[in-house]
Amino acid sequence: MDPLTWTGSLGSILNPILTILLPVFAVALVARIFLSFFEPDTGIQTNPDGTIMATGGIWGLSAKLVNWLGLAVLILALAYLILGAVLGTGAGIVGGISRQFLPVWIALVATYVASIHYKRRLGLYGKLFDSMIGMIGFGIVMFWVYTAIFYGVFDWIATHDPLGQASGMKNKVPGTPLRGAEDGDFQWYLFGGDNLARDIFSRVVAGSTIVVAIAPLATLFAFMVGITLGLPAGFYGGRLDTALSFVANLILAFPVILLFYLLVTPEIVATGLPQFMAVVLFLFPLIFSGVLIHSRYRTQPSKNYLYLAIVLIPMLLIYLSLINNPDPSSSKITFWPLDFFDIPGGVLVVFVSVVFVNSPTVFRIVRGLTMDIKTRDYVAAAQTRGERPWYIMLWEILPNARGPLIVDFCLRIGYTTILLGTLGFFGLGLPPESPDWGSTINEGRKLLSIYLHPALPPALSLLSLVLGLNLLADGLREESLRD
Amino acid sequence: MLLTAFCLTFLVFVMTNLYPNLEKLAKSEGNFRMTDIEVATWLSSNGYRSPLDPQVLEDFRSDKITLEEASAKVNTGFDPRIFRNYAEWIGVYPGWTGESRDGVPRGRCILPGTDPAEAPTFCGILQGKWGWSTVAKTPVSEALGTRIGNTGFLMLCVMLLMVPSALIVGVLAGMREGSALDRSLSTFSITTTATPEYVSGVLFIAIFTSSAVGLKWFKGTATSAMDNATFENFFLPVLTIALYGMGYIARMTRASMAEVMTAQYIRTARLKGVSFGNIVMKHALRNALIAPFTVIMLQFPWLLNGVVIVETLFQYKGVGWELVRAAGNNDIEMLLAISVVSVFVVLVTQLISDIGYVYLNPRISVT
Repeated sequence: MDPLTWTGSLGSILNPILTILLPVFAVALVARIFLSFFEPDTGIQTNPDGTIMATGGIWGLSAKLVNWLGLAVLILALAYLILGAVLGTGAGIVGGISRQFLPVWIALVATYVASIHYKRRLGLYGKLFDSMIGMIGFGIVMFWVYTAIFYGVFDWIATHDPLGQASGMKNKVPGTPLRGAEDGDFQWYLFGGDNLARDIFSRVVAGSTIVVAIAPLATLFAFMVGITLGLPAGFYGGRLDTALSFVANLILAFPVILLFYLLVTPEIVATGLPQFMAVVLFLFPLIFSGVLIHSRYRTQPSKNYLYLAIVLIPMLLIYLSLINNPDPSSSKITFWPLDFFDIPGGVLVVFVSVVFVNSPTVFRIVRGLTMDIKTRDYVAAAQTRGERPWYIMLWEILPNARGPLIVDFCLRIGYTTILLGTLGFFGLGLPPESPDWGSTINEGRKLLSIYLHPALPPALSLLSLVLGLNLLADGLREESLRD
Repeated sequence: MLLTAFCLTFLVFVMTNLYPNLEKLAKSEGNFRMTDIEVATWLSSNGYRSPLDPQVLEDFRSDKITLEEASAKVNTGFDPRIFRNYAEWIGVYPGWTGESRDGVPRGRCILPGTDPAEAPTFCGILQGKWGWSTVAKTPVSEALGTRIGNTGFLMLCVMLLMVPSALIVGVLAGMREGSALDRSLSTFSITTTATPEYVSGVLFIAIFTSSAVGLKWFKGTATSAMDNATFENFFLPVLTIALYGMGYIARMTRASMAEVMTAQYIRTARLKGVSFGNIVMKHALRNALIAPFTVIMLQFPWLLNGVVIVETLFQYKGVGWELVRAAGNNDIEMLLAISVVSVFVVLVTQLISDIGYVYLNPRISVT
């Protein structure tokens, strides 16, 4: 087997075009930005006779140039990916990667076609497809979500075992053929091998599953805690508000890394402190949904008890199996006999600390929104109707605060991803061989001056996911402000 | 605010003085094959925990109970002694004193190599005694002093780079909302907020310092910058921290600038025929800078985060580097000192941001 080049057989045709097109595009872009300093304050103008006129002169020209060149670059990139997916490793490393991601491409195209077709019926989600930024962000996020799902559920995409070591592959450059590969194996290490001769491409793909599983869930839990405490604090005010805000500020005044170091060290984990925190923090979703249902159906007891039972009993079982771990050597809570699944100790600790760090900020946002919204007329109307406080909070105030909360949710998932990476970077929580991006970056950085390829793929993946989430939040904000 | 400081330091104190930490400390200071009973007696004779139940000790010494039974009776949970220890550490309660086995007087205030008779009664942080660092083998104040200096210099450089460039980017983007300049600058600032320090730092090291790319414009470590900071060895760490904070401030400035540019008085100025440059410089700028000021001040806790990452990444021996080392080696007093310093920084910046806000915005007054 020969080592793969980056673009393989495609290179002879497409690479020369790329080497010409990219510098030209860059020059045009810089010129456009530079010119826009002096651009007269025009934009699209309406003439007296009703026709409209685009910005003319050198500015209009530069704008057109940038647009067309950008389109050409985009088409070229698509050509690399599509032809690569067709040709496979015949088109080099890019082709091999594109072929591996084939299920993700199909799922993405299907999502986009369906969403754009039905976008008028899909509410805020549909409106997202009116904004270019939102679409780009959504695309990047969904790329990683599909990757994570396809790897986590079907074990597709990855070419090798993320923990498996192959002899002779230590620190090998991207595209190195696997020595002694059997027939069924994938023949190359697409992104090369790391310091322990593991396949970097597979590790990055496996890492996405860890990040995509933990980050949104942890953010959701943080939102549950923040909403359950922030609503009454903002609504009632007074002493409750003072006390809760004091605690929230207390946690916020801690530098995050110090908190992590205090919470996640093995000694503290041995005392069971994170587990007891999990007992408290994981209780909030139960309280939230319980109160949510009870406040709505309080006057219809039969429905009330039915719904409460349907929702709370499974949640309680999940809650108990979540906090319970039958292995007494790693756990302080072992009493519950009906244990469906066990969370590995490291993951639980990481999860708890991330929720703990995020919830005070959510609390502050919800509290601020509640204080703003409770002065509205519809709240006064509900009070006059004689609704209970919790009904007003959960069914009148919360739905009307959803816009800013959804936007913040997207941003906060990105921030949680960064926090997870930070934990991995300092080697806290997750086991050292774990393929999550933070740990992989930390491993790769140690040899960075000689070998670039172990550290860069996870770093760029993390960057792209967080960037996608930020763009998505921006698009959502733009669209939700529009009406 | 004082209450917050006390609560925070007490929390850190409790968490660093949990039994497993102390056990590790005893084993690293004493010897690694200590039994649980020996650990407990070591801890009580060094003033960390209450003394062991004398009955248990008596029974164990006379072989009435086995080691396992005695170990099971050691209190590894809550110990009320922690309140006294905290008061001693603050310096409002006299430090413990005692004698070692060969009759030499020892105590919290008696540092190794000093005369016990001259030791003060109180020695907490109120007296300026920060304790003894078990890793650096010096008093904490000595070891931490130079580190704080290093980190302070790093933060200063970061601020000098970050604040002006963030404000310029934000003002330029916000003065014409929706223009090409705005879009490209906004993309830039979104990208920087999405790039945590450990990603941008790795990218910078890879591009500018590694032999694989071959540019070698900068140095990959900032160790030499502690004595002699030059552009070559110090710019990358500063840039790495500054970029992450910059995007956020720039976006805030942009939002506030865009809001100001739609205000009535700006329209009036335009209708009067004031030139665009004059509108931005004389009418809009000051009003647009009120909101970013608060944000800049509240960025400090985040900067502390970045400082820890960057100091680890670039091997720059400041507070963050010391924090990682202290946490890794169970250096309790050092950890406490670092938490005091960082909590202090956070609270002071919050205070400054509140006060500064009142000065910048005459519509808000304290009364």
